[in-house]
Amino acid sequence: MDIEDLNTMENPTWCPGCGNYSLVSAIRSCIADLGWKQEDTVIISGIGCGSKLPHYVNVYGFEGLHGRTLPVATGVKLANHKLHVIAVSGDGDGYGIGANHFLHTLRRNIDITYIVQNNEVYGLTQGQTSPTSPKGYKSPSTPHGAIEEPLNPIALAVVGGATYVARAYAFDPKSMKELLLDGMRHKGFSLIDVCMPCFAFNKVITVDWFKQHMKQLSDINHNPSDKFSAIKYSYFDNASFYFGLFYHEQKKTYNEELEQLRSKPLIKQDIKNIDISKFIKEFE
Amino acid sequence: MKFSWRIAGEAGQGILNTGLMFAKACMNNGLYVFSSSDYPSLIRGGHNFLDITISNEPVHSCHEKPDLVVALNKESIEKHGSIANAIIYDKLEKDGTKNKKAFPVPLMTISQECGSIVMRNTVAMASSLALIGIELETFNNVIKHSFKNKGENVINKNIEAAKKGYEYSVKNFKPLVKLPAIKNQKMYLVSGNDAVSAGAIQAGCKFFAAYPMTPATSILHNMAFNEENYNIVIKHTEDEIAAINMAIGASFAGVRSMTATSGGGFALMVEALGLAAMTETPLVAVDSQRPGPATGMATRTGQGDLSFILNAAPDDFPRLVIAPGDVEECFDHTVNAFIYSEKYQMPALILVDKHVSISHKTVPMFKPIKNQRYSMIDKIPNNYLRYKITSSGISPRTIPSQLKGMHCASSYEHDEKGNESEDSENRIKMHDKRFRKLESLVKEIPEPIIYGPKNAKFTLITWGSTKGAVLEAIKELKNVNMLHFIYLSPFKTKNLIEIMKGKTCVIEGNKTSQLSALIKQNIGKGPDYKILKYDGRPFTPEYVIREVKKILRIRN
Repeated sequence: MDIEDLNTMENPTWCPGCGNYSLVSAIRSCIADLGWKQEDTVIISGIGCGSKLPHYVNVYGFEGLHGRTLPVATGVKLANHKLHVIAVSGDGDGYGIGANHFLHTLRRNIDITYIVQNNEVYGLTQGQTSPTSPKGYKSPSTPHGAIEEPLNPIALAVVGGATYVARAYAFDPKSMKELLLDGMRHKGFSLIDVCMPCFAFNKVITVDWFKQHMKQLSDINHNPSDKFSAIKYSYFDNASFYFGLFYHEQKKTYNEELEQLRSKPLIKQDIKNIDISKFIKEFE
Repeated sequence: MKFSWRIAGEAGQGILNTGLMFAKACMNNGLYVFSSSDYPSLIRGGHNFLDITISNEPVHSCHEKPDLVVALNKESIEKHGSIANAIIYDKLEKDGTKNKKAFPVPLMTISQECGSIVMRNTVAMASSLALIGIELETFNNVIKHSFKNKGENVINKNIEAAKKGYEYSVKNFKPLVKLPAIKNQKMYLVSGNDAVSAGAIQAGCKFFAAYPMTPATSILHNMAFNEENYNIVIKHTEDEIAAINMAIGASFAGVRSMTATSGGGFALMVEALGLAAMTETPLVAVDSQRPGPATGMATRTGQGDLSFILNAAPDDFPRLVIAPGDVEECFDHTVNAFIYSEKYQMPALILVDKHVSISHKTVPMFKPIKNQRYSMIDKIPNNYLRYKITSSGISPRTIPSQLKGMHCASSYEHDEKGNESEDSENRIKMHDKRFRKLESLVKEIPEPIIYGPKNAKFTLITWGSTKGAVLEAIKELKNVNMLHFIYLSPFKTKNLIEIMKGKTCVIEGNKTSQLSALIKQNIGKGPDYKILKYDGRPFTPEYVIREVKKILRIRN
């Protein structure tokens, strides 16, 4: 397959220079590299700037409701576990309104790749504080500065049971693609938190901010099978903000645990003749 | 011939299970049974009772006054002793009862003699059977079936306790009636929730996601119990929002899927209901109503969600609202919900309530059906359009893994390809297309059904679970018939307009008469009278008769 086949040729609605351009190219390029068939690949999103992404990749797509990306993706995967399922959300969608689903999806080790476009601000609704905005962040919804501490998605994912946890930077496309590829290949739930400063609204967490604080886990002595080390480096200590592979383990996926799915996916089950006498026997 | 039996006691005494065993013993004698339970929202303590009506012909409701009550504690003797025609209670209860037909049975003593204190219910059931002239043998079979997982010892002890209870009654009391043992086709004792589950399985539902909520919970249990028998994936999710979104995801990927909840849970599902409508993804969702608002009365019944279900989610979209009124309708119309939902690519909502969900009824084996898939295409044209504007409003659907069928389904308004569009002309076309599906759907669904004399002077209009009590009531009322709605959206008006030429009365379980509002909205005229009940308890035939007589000024 040619990588150009993966482009729907729709014009993205993102601002010029947005990190989503480089993310969508990387996703297309990963799908091509992995040899995933277009018709067997599904990208599911929620609502937000980043959630428009499924429209720009020529595979099956589903742009659902704000915050509900993961349940829809889970349903798709359980209905047909032969599909390659990618879920994409922004930080507001995934870590704010959808946080409950995030926590519970982590526990399931469902075999999907979850990419969070983390710009630490609400873009589409014009610049309010997001769950990952730093404490003190001033915005139209927090004019005197956000009081809450930012949510730490990496630590949450590690504690919650994700089996692949990484952080990428949209303006470092080479490393981002490697992490995405790795995550997409991973059997089980993978989270790739992709940082992409919002040029339109975020005047605090900017490209310069990342230049100042960005550190690579590969440059230090971090073992990705060590949960405690992963959690330690996931915290911003006012000097270093780490990128790379935080955590990785192999474990049975949700659908591998289901006896019903052992022989074939649900979608392949024959429904023509169903005999309910076994069901009704209980009621004799 | 009809006989009403009641068993009453404390929550945790096993009243519900005991009652169903008794009902099965009657059923296995060829008798028809209807059973309805009354219990509070707690696990131990509190007052419980279960009513069973037994008859030699099909029976649709329970009655206010039991012919015989089994009172398992003091409170039950006090509460029910004065209403019932006869009472069985433990001989150890010192105060006894003022009821003239009192049958003190040494329930605890016999239970202890047989080796355990927990078999009082078994003794009481056997004593009851003796009093209504039913052979013990059928009950022994029920014991064997019900306790098959508890081992030989438990079965034998219970059989012995039953024998002693039966013999005690035969020896000491004169039977109240002799209910006939009749030859009948094989019957099953099934609740509305059981029938909804059976219908879903029969229709090929392969994915079911739900969060527990009374009175819908037993659907989740049934589906989960059968997950490996029928290769269905069941997901108990973190909340109802996840449940409905997962079901939508599974349906988008091509499998028939369902979710079930009560009103409060359905409130959480509302946004996603719109998602199913906008993306034209088939979906079946069950709302088993209980009184609200908010947590309301968890274990009670009501019909207060009709307006909510009809209008839930922002803006307008076509939807099916189906309100089965009894066990048979639960099965048949759950199957239909799956068919119509797939064929018309629109959400189908099944509206039941605690009374139909949890009440049991004897029914013959459900009629098997052959499934086929609808509105999906195998041969996909070049330049395939998922949301193609068609004269029927139905667009050909593809699912992931189909080559050339790729598209992005969106919760935003979209064009024929599925791409987001805010173009005004496109918006009108798409909105009209979705609604156009109703034109053929409305022709396919049944008219409301008329029961009783065709040309009666007075018609009672019902929907959902109210059917049973009113069916029984019109047997006793002269010149009164009923019009029963199962399909509330789309709304059929032919039979209704005909009926509304005479005097009519809507009977429903809510305060503001939501069906009357729907009727008025559709045909510009409401019913002449309303009988409304919102105390959390089901209608009884007696209640309906009393209220109708008041309206018709008939003196007793």
